[in-house]
Amino acid sequence: MRASPARIVLYVVSALVLVYLILPVLIIAPISFSSARFLTFPPPSFSLRWYQQYFANPAWMQATQVTLTVALLTVLIATPLGISAAYAISQSKLRIMRLIHMMLLLPLVVPIIITAVGIFFVYAKVGLVATLPGLVLANVMLGLPYVIISVLAGMQSFDPAQEMVARSLGMNRLRSFFAVTLPQIKSSVVAGGIFAFISAMDETIVALFISGGQYQPLTKRMFTALRDEIDPTIAAISTLMTAASFMLVLLASSRQKKGG
Amino acid sequence: MLALVSPALLVILLLIVLPVGWLAWQSIYHDGFTLENYRRVFTEDIYWRSFALTFEISLAVTLIALLLGYPVAYLANALPKGWSILILSLVVLPFWTSVLVRAYAWLALLQRTGVINQLLRYLDVTSEPLALVHNMFGTVVATVHILLPFMVLPLYATMQKIPGDLMQAGASLGASPSLTFCRVFLPLSLPGVLAGCTMVFVLCLGFYITPELLGGGRTVMVSMLVSRNVELYNQFGAASAVAVVLLASVLLIFLVVSRFISLDRILGQK
Repeated sequence: MRASPARIVLYVVSALVLVYLILPVLIIAPISFSSARFLTFPPPSFSLRWYQQYFANPAWMQATQVTLTVALLTVLIATPLGISAAYAISQSKLRIMRLIHMMLLLPLVVPIIITAVGIFFVYAKVGLVATLPGLVLANVMLGLPYVIISVLAGMQSFDPAQEMVARSLGMNRLRSFFAVTLPQIKSSVVAGGIFAFISAMDETIVALFISGGQYQPLTKRMFTALRDEIDPTIAAISTLMTAASFMLVLLASSRQKKGG
Repeated sequence: MLALVSPALLVILLLIVLPVGWLAWQSIYHDGFTLENYRRVFTEDIYWRSFALTFEISLAVTLIALLLGYPVAYLANALPKGWSILILSLVVLPFWTSVLVRAYAWLALLQRTGVINQLLRYLDVTSEPLALVHNMFGTVVATVHILLPFMVLPLYATMQKIPGDLMQAGASLGASPSLTFCRVFLPLSLPGVLAGCTMVFVLCLGFYITPELLGGGRTVMVSMLVSRNVELYNQFGAASAVAVVLLASVLLIFLVVSRFISLDRILGQK
């Protein structure tokens, strides 16, 4: 690697692009800890007032509760559904499985605004608008592809012959799956579940259309607040959300490194 | 085996296939079959302009993302493993921050009293604050930021598969580094370019949060047309027709691209 002019340009451009990528992620924390109402540089003084406003506000707290409940329920439902679907896709030789596999990844292909409006119309007919089950179901659908992709990746490095051995020794299919297969793909399962959680926590567009009343997640309230005026309370919430996401991703990737 | 996929399949059928089918139905049926909604979408000015604007923005965003992403992917591929992991981590880091949070961050950076304008005034570059946001510029800056990882990852994956000996072979035959790059490396990286550009373009076509929050109401992208027709005007038929045309464009693009590279390659990332 000689330091030719072309190479120096390459380094400088790449460094600038990386700064562009990282800066917005890093800028939020200082805003959230500043005492100023408007962002001034350098921040006048350290303060926790925006965090206090967040924790003292019943509307924000209720929204937080909705977000956490929805994300948790989403993981609890999407993970088993995703595991069984991924298992079937990887083991079955049926032709139709390829088509089913592609259909299960549809949530990644269809623009989310279209999904959101479509779900809104369907929910309006069956009375699921502004309900908790409605919000959870939509997030299960959106989270499924992450679980399926992650578990399928785990299944690829797993030797199905091991399960055959367990079955030839007299275990039934279900028991051999839980005793032999599942422990070996555990990391992929956990990673998939974590991605589904983050996806549900960050989901905004579907929530904008179908959530309301007391069942509004954080993101919907944040969006509405951002449209009206820029309130640094949102910086505090954003910082907490980002910290939560990063910790979960670290957890997922540290588990994936251990194998599976 | 079919029994094992059926719960997941049911969720997909009920929550995405049925809703999209509903939209399609609603776009042509309202007390009898009608193509009125499509006539409006294809002839009325607001719709036309919004579609044109959306394609323009998507094209611009894709090109900028390619220009910014290619050097980063190239460097990550060329450097030793530790460095490339660091670069790729920095690329995917923003991925795990909510789109909404990043929209907020760009507002804080770009608004009239924002960090960038304060810095420019402090450095005496400008006397008046620049209008960096609530317009097309702000929308593009924030959209590229969100979609850049979708460009870098497929590029990097493709570059990883290019054997290093090929470049050495080029050099040993007397070609300059820039010639080997243009004649050997660049053509071999084209599948990654296509995969990245497709993903970025298609995702951008349906973008909603960023143009809504950073576009200042003037940059009306197709997604905003859909949402306004539903929320403000109660024009469900028109909203559905716009959604169907948008989805058809997306599927058409995937169909055309899948003739050149496998879809797994485009969707494999995340």
